[in-house]
Order: sequence, then structure tokens, then C-alpha cells
Amino acid sequence: MQVIVNRPPKALWEETLPGGAHWSGVMRRGTALRLTDLEGGANVSALFWNFEERLERYNMPDTLKAQHTAFLTRGHCGFSDMGRVLFSIVDDATGWHDTICGLMDDRLLKERYGERRFQEARNAMYRSAKEGLLKEMGRWGLGRRDLHANVNFFSKVSADGEGNLRFDISHSKAGGTVDLRFDMHALVALSSCTHPLDPAGEYRPTAVKLTAWRAGIAPADDYCRTFRGENRRAFENTSRYFADQEF
Amino acid sequence: MLVESSLDPRHAVIDEICPAGEPWMRQIRKGQVFRILDLEGNQAVDTLFYNAHDPEERYSAIDTIQRQRNLYLTAGTTLYSTEGNPMLTIVADTCGRHDTLGGACAQESNTIRYALDKRFMHACRDNFISAIHHDPHHGLSKRDITHNINFFMNVPVTAQGKLTFEDGISAPGKYVEMRAEMDVVILISNCPQLNNPCNAYNPTPIRLLVWDEE
Repeated sequence: MQVIVNRPPKALWEETLPGGAHWSGVMRRGTALRLTDLEGGANVSALFWNFEERLERYNMPDTLKAQHTAFLTRGHCGFSDMGRVLFSIVDDATGWHDTICGLMDDRLLKERYGERRFQEARNAMYRSAKEGLLKEMGRWGLGRRDLHANVNFFSKVSADGEGNLRFDISHSKAGGTVDLRFDMHALVALSSCTHPLDPAGEYRPTAVKLTAWRAGIAPADDYCRTFRGENRRAFENTSRYFADQEF
Repeated sequence: MLVESSLDPRHAVIDEICPAGEPWMRQIRKGQVFRILDLEGNQAVDTLFYNAHDPEERYSAIDTIQRQRNLYLTAGTTLYSTEGNPMLTIVADTCGRHDTLGGACAQESNTIRYALDKRFMHACRDNFISAIHHDPHHGLSKRDITHNINFFMNVPVTAQGKLTFEDGISAPGKYVEMRAEMDVVILISNCPQLNNPCNAYNPTPIRLLVWDEE
């Protein structure tokens, strides 16, 4: 796998999510977002919708089967259920991002780490990815019905021949990055909570930096657009949606 | 894991055939046992489950994979809901492995996977939407069409993370049987896909049976 990490040009904005925090925002077509694992061992659970029509959303099975992969890395696109490209992974210094293991929820969090409420711990309280994402989704009128399979950036989970899963505890390093370009106006919700299969004995989610910049619309020779025939066709569907003339 | 059932079809309270390419939707009660029988072999059966009393709670592929720490479904697998509750337990399986990563075919995903002009071929999502329109009292809509199970479908994942749709491992007469752990609505599309080996390029009918709790 070829890994090329370019420094993003002039940042539009930067923000640091503390471990266990949640965030949402609209990323316009042609903008990009770099996620940086600041301490090593981060996880960012992420969901994506078409901001203009939120019934259109990131579709894990369509994304995986069209690109013949069980994980995401550079060159892969996140396809919507409507056959379009919501985002592309234009750079990746981490090499493997999980999208099949789902979210840490309150039940699992409590089973594994116990409970730490705001009343005692203030903002060091324990927070789950699922509850964080549902809070972000609620801001935009979305709820449980809109919560489908997510991406877990920075986390690697591989399967053996029998399908048994193994979480790689040393996968994501401090300073590791992944760069997403948005190919539609995307509503993005993120949680920096621990991966559900992370075997760490204590609740210790780590901080992640977000850096946004203007990347432009994918050119005709773009790596992700030309990665596979499937990706070319998904970009063609996306161009029809935006009435592009140049592709 | 191969486990045979001792249930006799003559005692089933539902015993129906779903033709190739058609939807099928029924509600069953907690404790009832539901069997899908692959009549002619290698037929993908795209299946969703909803809590009959709160359809916002539904089958969750990612919660099922996460909780069993395994990708494939077979006898002994608990099918979990989005709330982490057991919905059904697979109690018998003569096929041995079922998929829950491959999702359902849709006209839109067919345009990506095969060609833009494949858009007009019949697809599973149209079956789901059609079944919901004809049985609206559950209050389901496109919002609720989530990631399904593909019974009898073979989607191996390698240690390097490669995922492919392979020739089926099912055969005529193979079946999978599950016990409902709550009252559930079953929504099936008997897959009409003709572009990959999931149905051996020849979609065929399935038989659906339900028994009351013994």
C-alpha cells in the first residue's frame, strides 16, 4: 500500500476533540477533513449523511462489497445507499479503518468499565460513542432510526479463516492521520470514544485533532475516482446529482 | 456449525412458498420457531427483523458481529438488536454459514457494481420498500431499511481484509431455523440478483415455516 501524507494547505479551521467527546458539522462538497491521532490508540466512530437529504446515508455493505474490502484505507470511497460518493479517503498514514464492529454503547461501557457520572466526575464522566452520536444526530432532527453502521477510524479488526475477530492494540500511532475529502455536502457526526472491541482494562479514550481545508472537487485523474471501475461509476452518479459538466 | 432440527413440517402453523424475487413479511411471537428452507440451492434470502412492539429496535448486523466477535452466522448465533437485546437464536442450520456484511442489492448499488445501465433490474431494496408499502401498520419506511442478513450467502473475508461474493455453499433442501426471543416482524426479499454468484445466477423459490412453541 502506498502511503503519501501531504500537509493540508491553509487550514479553514482546527479543533481538538478530547477523548470520549462528540462532534457534528456540515462538510461542504470539495472540503476535506484530516483526523489526527494525537496520543496513539485513538478511535473515531463516524457517521455520514447527505446534508440535503438525510435519508441518504453512508452504507457499509454497499461500500464494502463494491470495493471488495472489509476495511477502509486510501483510495476507498464511502458510498451512500443511493449509489453516490459521500467521502473519499485521499490520504491515510494509518492503513486500516474498521467499519464492521459498530459502536461502544452504554451497556457495554458499564459492563466493561463501570459507571462514572457527571455528578461525581464532572467532564471526566464516562461517555459511550452511541449516546454521543445520538446526541449529535438529535441536533439535526435524526434519531435511532437513522443510526446505521459506522466507521471506526484508526481501529484495526481483522478476521481469521473462521471469521473470529482480533482487535490490533498497537495499530494506531501518535501522529497518525487519515484525510477525508467530501464529494457531497455531508453531515458528519463523530465520537472519540473507545472502540467496542478494544481490550484496554480502563476507560481511556484519547484526543483527536480535526483539521479542515479546501481540497476541491475530485479531478478526472483523482486516485479515489480511478481506484476501481466501481468508484468511477459512483463518481459518475455523484456528478449527475450535482449536474457537473466536466466529467 | 451443522445442527439438524427435529421439527415436523406437518405440525407447522405457517408453511408457505415465496417465489424467486418476491418479498415476504410476517409477524411471529416470542418462542415460535421460524425456518427458511432453500428449495433448489444457493438462494440468497435477504432478511430484516424488527421488534413488533417498537420497530425502532431492529436487527443490527454490527451489534451481532461485535457481541459474538465473529463475522458469520450459524447455529448458536444470537441475532442482536440495535439495543443489544437478543431477537432470535439460530437453533438449527444445515448450511453452516450465513452472511451479514453483504447487505441487500439495490438498483443504485447495481449501477456502481456492474454498470450504469443495470439500474432497471429488479433488486432487494425494491422488495423491502414494496412490502412496507403494502403492510404499513408497522410504521416502517426507507429510514428503517438497515443492514440485513443474507441467509445461504457465502461472503468470505480474508485475514488481509479482502471481501468477495463466492459461489454458495448451500444446496437443495438446506435450511436454517431460529427461535424468536421477542415478538418480531420478519421482512424478507427473496433475492433477484442476476449479476453475481449469490444466487448461482438463477434465483429460485424458498419455503418458509413457523412452529408454535413446544
